[in-house]
Amino acid sequence: MMQSAMMIGLVRYITNIGHRFNEAIWRLGAGTRLFGLTLISSGESFKRFHLTIREVYATGVLSLVIIIVSAFFVGMVLGLQGYNTLQKYGSSESIGVLVALALVRELGPVVTALLFAGRAGTAITAEIGLMKATEQLSAMEMMAVNPIARVIAPRFWAGVIAMPILAALFSMVGILGGYFVAVPMIGVDAGAFWSQMQANVDWQFDILNGVIKSIVFGVACTMIALFEGYDAPPTAEGVSRATTRTVVTSSLTVLMLDFVLTSFMIKM
Amino acid sequence: MTQKSVTQNIVEIDNLSFGYKNRMLHQGINMVFPRGKVVAIMGGSGCGKTTLLRLIGGQVTPSKGEVRVEGQVVHKQGREGIFQLRRKMGMLFQHGALFTDLSVYENVAFPMREHTNLPESMIHDLVVMKLNAVGLRGAYKLKPTELSGGMGRRVALARAVALDPDIIMYDEPFAGLDPISMGIICNLIRILNDALGATSIVVSHDVKETFSIADYVYFVANGTIAAEGTPHDLTQSKLSFVHQFVHGEKDGPVPFHYPAPDYKTSLLEFGA
Repeated sequence: MMQSAMMIGLVRYITNIGHRFNEAIWRLGAGTRLFGLTLISSGESFKRFHLTIREVYATGVLSLVIIIVSAFFVGMVLGLQGYNTLQKYGSSESIGVLVALALVRELGPVVTALLFAGRAGTAITAEIGLMKATEQLSAMEMMAVNPIARVIAPRFWAGVIAMPILAALFSMVGILGGYFVAVPMIGVDAGAFWSQMQANVDWQFDILNGVIKSIVFGVACTMIALFEGYDAPPTAEGVSRATTRTVVTSSLTVLMLDFVLTSFMIKM
Repeated sequence: MTQKSVTQNIVEIDNLSFGYKNRMLHQGINMVFPRGKVVAIMGGSGCGKTTLLRLIGGQVTPSKGEVRVEGQVVHKQGREGIFQLRRKMGMLFQHGALFTDLSVYENVAFPMREHTNLPESMIHDLVVMKLNAVGLRGAYKLKPTELSGGMGRRVALARAVALDPDIIMYDEPFAGLDPISMGIICNLIRILNDALGATSIVVSHDVKETFSIADYVYFVANGTIAAEGTPHDLTQSKLSFVHQFVHGEKDGPVPFHYPAPDYKTSLLEFGA
């Protein structure tokens, strides 16, 4: 009796794992399909560019506050932590390089993407999910307007445009935060701070690679947010779950992609 | 008949069956919607009335049989063909489905902007005319969230007729409205139908309102047409289902109880 109950439990457990695995694969396929359809239906996003600009405002401009404030604090922490270690080796002037490289190569694109997923990504998912739940997408279909071309694609391109700009802003403000701690507060020489940074940050290897990262994160985060919204069950519960999933999936994807991209970019 | 040989029925549903994997929703339904008429489809909740509208609009594909709009089989058209057919249709969704990020004005202008190259001044005139027809010219600046249920429904109606469609479909136009709004919508359906020379398909379960404007009524139950006729005929009907529905009786051919084992067994089931 006991054994058969255990068996049933085990079978249920394995079935559950299989079911989840199946669903994950299915969602990956459906997401890729939506990505393809979005690319195909992108013509209008550029022909009627004001549609895309509107969404750049919603995703980019409205994320500015969180990006700038976080960047400033991240930069300040980098300044403090970096100085603390560097001064042990007598190279506290290199603090500028450390802050700049850390931001431009990694923290800029990655933290921006994580914040973007939390601020803009959830907003996109909730908006699309609600549009679906309130039959707005269906209404569009019935008006012979393709919702992927009219709703999904402009938001996608807006995210792809906004992300690198936000990441660049993040790095810039972060560097200012680092400067603020290192120079006026601790007393590192300002000239050394900037000149070392200028000498050691490479245009292609550091800055361009950072931009490439942020573009890739822009594609991933925006597409995940759009897919979760588009795929959400059309109920209040479905939409709220979808927004949670957006943050979790985007964050994991960004960190994973970051490793993959870095391993391609880094010179061994 | 006009000089062109147009079919008398703008929409025809022929031996239509539709269902999901394990449940058939419709079985062998035949309906016709003559030009210029207001035709109602009535039935209990969940009997697939709304799905019939989706079948006419080509949003779902029938399992068997066909739906013809202007003589063309809907599900055999490609995506472009279906979009062409839909341009002749306007649909009022149950909850309006207004675009929440656009103002009332922009909502009504939406189909015109998407499908025409009209200059802004003409779009303005058309929007004002459509809003005037539903009595909401003064509300053009408001956002959908600032509208009451009835006003939202009227704006959605103005949007549905923005391009002067030949077919107007209404999905539960009276659901959840106060009596005054209900009366307004009811009148608008008839007036707009006659003014535009359109054909209206009204899906509803509100007997009084629907009977007051419909020229012909189909009753759908258990996936088939249980009864059909003019509102007058159906009010007199001796059919027990129609009688129960029209008079809102609690028990009849549609049972009060969901299928269940007998009462005693259910009571004794606990802890077994």
